[in-house]
Amino acid sequence: MITLGDYLIVSAILFTIGFAGVMLRRNLIIILMSIELMLNAANLSLVAFSRFRVGANGLPDYNAQVFVFFVITVAAAEVAVGLGLLVALYRARQTTDVADITSLKF
Amino acid sequence: MSPFLFWIFAVLTVTFGAAVVLNRNPVASALSLVVSFLGLSALFMSLDAFFVGIIQVLVYAGAVMVLFLFIIMLLDIRVEERRRINWVAAVGGVGVAVILLIQIYVVIGHFQSARRTFPPLVASTTDDVWHIGHLLFTNYNLPFQIIGVLVLVATVGVVLLSRREPR
Repeated sequence: MITLGDYLIVSAILFTIGFAGVMLRRNLIIILMSIELMLNAANLSLVAFSRFRVGANGLPDYNAQVFVFFVITVAAAEVAVGLGLLVALYRARQTTDVADITSLKF
Repeated sequence: MSPFLFWIFAVLTVTFGAAVVLNRNPVASALSLVVSFLGLSALFMSLDAFFVGIIQVLVYAGAVMVLFLFIIMLLDIRVEERRRINWVAAVGGVGVAVILLIQIYVVIGHFQSARRTFPPLVASTTDDVWHIGHLLFTNYNLPFQIIGVLVLVATVGVVLLSRREPR
């Protein structure tokens, strides 16, 4: 049978892939996609805990699913702002590579 | 849900998630992300969270990915040229990620409830959309309205960012 731990491990692997993407890739679009992967990994563990914690009425804990709803909304707003920044940056510098953006480097 | 289906969708999600990071072509990465999110949506539905699974497909596989593909098309980004790889940074990044994964794995290993299966649900006359909507408009009414303001601010911000500078 599938246990809670199986879902948590899938979630952990997905989070680690997203984290490695942010650390390793230098294309800003890929970095944004990796952030989406990390947010979704957190959503998966939230939904798994929601299903695991069945209340006295025999239904899942819907508080966690409301939280997932908020996370998805914030992630969508974040992608819109991130891509808007990317377009503004590309217009100014003609690059999407983080290695080329060194104006704030100390 | 049978364990067989769970493992199929888990492997699908993780494989295409890895393809997002490993592909050099941004369009291939975006399409891998779509497949990864579809697998994740199936995992949500295996946890009886049908509403979350559906908005996962609608918002991510629909809206967000169209936005990504549109920006890739607009900026006309080619396959990035092969640069000299900074090996110290690459090994350090992979090392930190692997350490993080091992840490989470150990924590899950010590977590007693993680070895238990999911308790059965009773048949309900109301669906989960009803329950989530009820919570949204009673307990979480204030956060819900703050989220609305946040989306408005994000919209105004994006319009302001993408406006050309007046000469």
